[in-house]
Amino acid sequence: MGKLHWAAIPLDQPLAMAASLTIIVGFLVLFAIVTWKGWWPTLWREWLTSVDHKRIGVMYVLLAFVLLLRGFIDALMMRSQLAIAAGAAPGYLPPEHYDQIFSAHGTIMIFFMAMPFMVGLMNFVVPLQLGVRDVAFPVLNSVSFWLTASGALLVNVSLVIGEFARTGWLAYPPLSELQFSPGVGVDYYLWALQIAGVGTLLAGINLVTTILKVRAPGMSYMRMPVFCWTALASNMLIVAAFPILTATFAMLLLDRYVGMHFFTNDGGGNAMLYFNLIWAWGHPEVYILILPAFGVFSEVIAVFAGKRLFGYRSMVMATLAICVLSFMVWLHHFFTMGAGADVNGFFGIMTMIIAVPTGVKIFSWLFTLYRGRIRFEVPLLWAIGFMVTFVIGGMTGVLMAVPPADFVLHNSLFLVAHFHNVIIGGVLFGGMAGFNYWFPKAFGFTLDRRWGTVSFWCWLVGFYFAFMPLYALGLLGMTRRMQHYADASWQPYLIVAEFGALIILCGIVAMIVQLVVSIRTRDRRRDLSGDPWNGRTLEWSTASPPPTYNFAVLPVVESLDAHWESKHRASQPPAAARAPTDYADIEIPARSANGFVTAVFAVLTGFALVWHVWWVVIAGMTGALLTLLAFGWTPRRDSIVAAGDLASDDIARREMRAGAGGNTPA
Amino acid sequence: MNAAAPTADPAAATGGSGPASVAITVAYGFWIFLLSDIIMFSAMFASYAVLTPRIAGGPGPRELFELRPAGIETLCLLFSSFTCGLGVLAVEHRRMRMFFICFALTFVLGAAFLALELSEFSRLLAAGAGPARSAFLSAFFSLVGLHGVHIAAGLLWLTFNVAQIAVNGPLEFVIRRLGCFGLFWHALDIVWVGILTLVYLMGAR
Repeated sequence: MGKLHWAAIPLDQPLAMAASLTIIVGFLVLFAIVTWKGWWPTLWREWLTSVDHKRIGVMYVLLAFVLLLRGFIDALMMRSQLAIAAGAAPGYLPPEHYDQIFSAHGTIMIFFMAMPFMVGLMNFVVPLQLGVRDVAFPVLNSVSFWLTASGALLVNVSLVIGEFARTGWLAYPPLSELQFSPGVGVDYYLWALQIAGVGTLLAGINLVTTILKVRAPGMSYMRMPVFCWTALASNMLIVAAFPILTATFAMLLLDRYVGMHFFTNDGGGNAMLYFNLIWAWGHPEVYILILPAFGVFSEVIAVFAGKRLFGYRSMVMATLAICVLSFMVWLHHFFTMGAGADVNGFFGIMTMIIAVPTGVKIFSWLFTLYRGRIRFEVPLLWAIGFMVTFVIGGMTGVLMAVPPADFVLHNSLFLVAHFHNVIIGGVLFGGMAGFNYWFPKAFGFTLDRRWGTVSFWCWLVGFYFAFMPLYALGLLGMTRRMQHYADASWQPYLIVAEFGALIILCGIVAMIVQLVVSIRTRDRRRDLSGDPWNGRTLEWSTASPPPTYNFAVLPVVESLDAHWESKHRASQPPAAARAPTDYADIEIPARSANGFVTAVFAVLTGFALVWHVWWVVIAGMTGALLTLLAFGWTPRRDSIVAAGDLASDDIARREMRAGAGGNTPA
Repeated sequence: MNAAAPTADPAAATGGSGPASVAITVAYGFWIFLLSDIIMFSAMFASYAVLTPRIAGGPGPRELFELRPAGIETLCLLFSSFTCGLGVLAVEHRRMRMFFICFALTFVLGAAFLALELSEFSRLLAAGAGPARSAFLSAFFSLVGLHGVHIAAGLLWLTFNVAQIAVNGPLEFVIRRLGCFGLFWHALDIVWVGILTLVYLMGAR
């Protein structure tokens, strides 16, 4: 069994065991409920083997929420450790455990919370906004999702069997080399991210192809909603950046598994090569996350201001400018490497230049709101909270782009405050805005507004309490990744930060309550109109939830904001109310177990690689290969929806929506 | 793949005629995959360039690399691309005998390339110049090995598709995949030309 032994289960660590037991019991309870209710066939047919982009999008977001909880528990543990571990007090987390927690927190929040959240929103929304029936490659889409989920599972398995990396979320060598990290933690990290990374790359290829090649008739580039543009930019970055991550991790794996010398201290290895490569992926990565969020805000602000987005063309240009510039700034993550004043100067200036297109966006949103008929619905609250918070985070980023300032702030809590400021204030707020905005489209009922508002205010206020003290602490000289500190004058700041984390906890609880309340009262909050927010883009022109095929007849797009224009054209009733006359048979891709089965083998192979159980590695890889070949032998089946069924189905939906009439949210 | 047939609506004239056909989306998606693959190779190339001087007191490129086998490998690969191109054309015109001959040649030439590469690797290993010897050799074995793994995967893919056609006849979706295989095989040529230049031509002299 390779290195795997009973000793790998951390029975001597009560905290880790409690967490493991919670996860295992949670899984068992879930398993029991599904079995008890007899849901397995439905679950298998409708979700696990679904190739419908909407279902896959929902599963991505669900994955993101589950791992948000896991990552947040890690955060709470760190904050409470630091609130008490001053001076002589050691706190309750030993250093080797604390190191695993911050590594897991960063890895989970970026790769398995933020990424699935954004990819899920894009998956759900982009084909609807483009007015088409699915992404370019529906089965590949399912494979992508299941590979991402496999990576997430492996990270969580490390909690129960073995350990996680103690190296920070980017596993810098030489610390992450075998010499200094002989355990399985780094291997869990690397294999989980390699598997999830392949999934992300495939998802990126899929969405780029979809946006460039699969659009409704008449949907020219300059008629695409801004969210589709930001999704395009984000996915182009995925295609260009994730292969670098795969190559870099492959090199580190070769160092660890076959004794190569890419990044080791001996044998001529060069650790700084890793820093350059990982950030050549890592900086585009933050734009991969933030660009879709920018797209969400653009949609939300235009809809809730009741106005066309200000400066659509400059918004598109700014998005593409950020897309290109994001590849020219990676070195600002290690000005202290000592590359010299010229190199640092170049990257400092490039970094500051990125603030220009971002500023263009902020002003476009402000001018869109200016003199709009503003409705303060929950998505708009998140958008406004974002604008204030993100500007602060952006400014501190520009400050650190000045190399001499960075020499002082590098690796301090100032940096930690900065990137939480932009990632929470930007990506997470964007995700939450999108979640509240598109939830009624996905499920056919609106989310509770009161609990949504509570959740927003807790997150916003909690964020400021939790992270503003860290800016001060950074300037006072506190470095990141400390499990304990001698200077007791830091403690009050860290207690305030802990208080902020607890307010965020209230925000997360309110989020869950919002979901529960909304589901329980769903009959009262049904949205039969399909357009609860008086939307502007095509996803609001079909029913909520949309039928599997999205559009019975593909819409013909004549302008930007196609749905808005069709509602406001005086001469004829809106397109959504007009039943077309030209129904034809359509094919929808049949469900496929390819993704799920591949994921089972991926998890098995990844786990066996971590523990050096070579016969399972061979079995798992053979299984994955045979799966690929088996599914590739015969042509994919499509199910046909006959024109007659399509017409009666569609007309019934249209009548229901016309009866609901209003665009008023519950 | 996408169910909608292109709509011939006059209003659409200014903004494209709707979703592209499966043949186009598949080829397009595969091009994008190839771009991503080439980016992966470029990370390996960059590492090789950075680590070439880092021989850690061991043998360097000058002592290790021989141009003659690298030249023969290049010829094998380029000719296999030629036969691959002919084979794709043949199957599109349903000239099946020609198709099988061409792809058999492609396989043989690809396998010959791999055999030569493996014999070079074993020669280096026997000389004590394995991948664990120095950072330079780590980068060499990884860069060239990654290309070799691609060739091996390509041979498997080729065999599978040819077997499908041998059993089920020239099905449309298999021909589409063979078209993608052609793109893949040519992309590997481009990568190999980079390796030949950076590793062998610049290293052996």
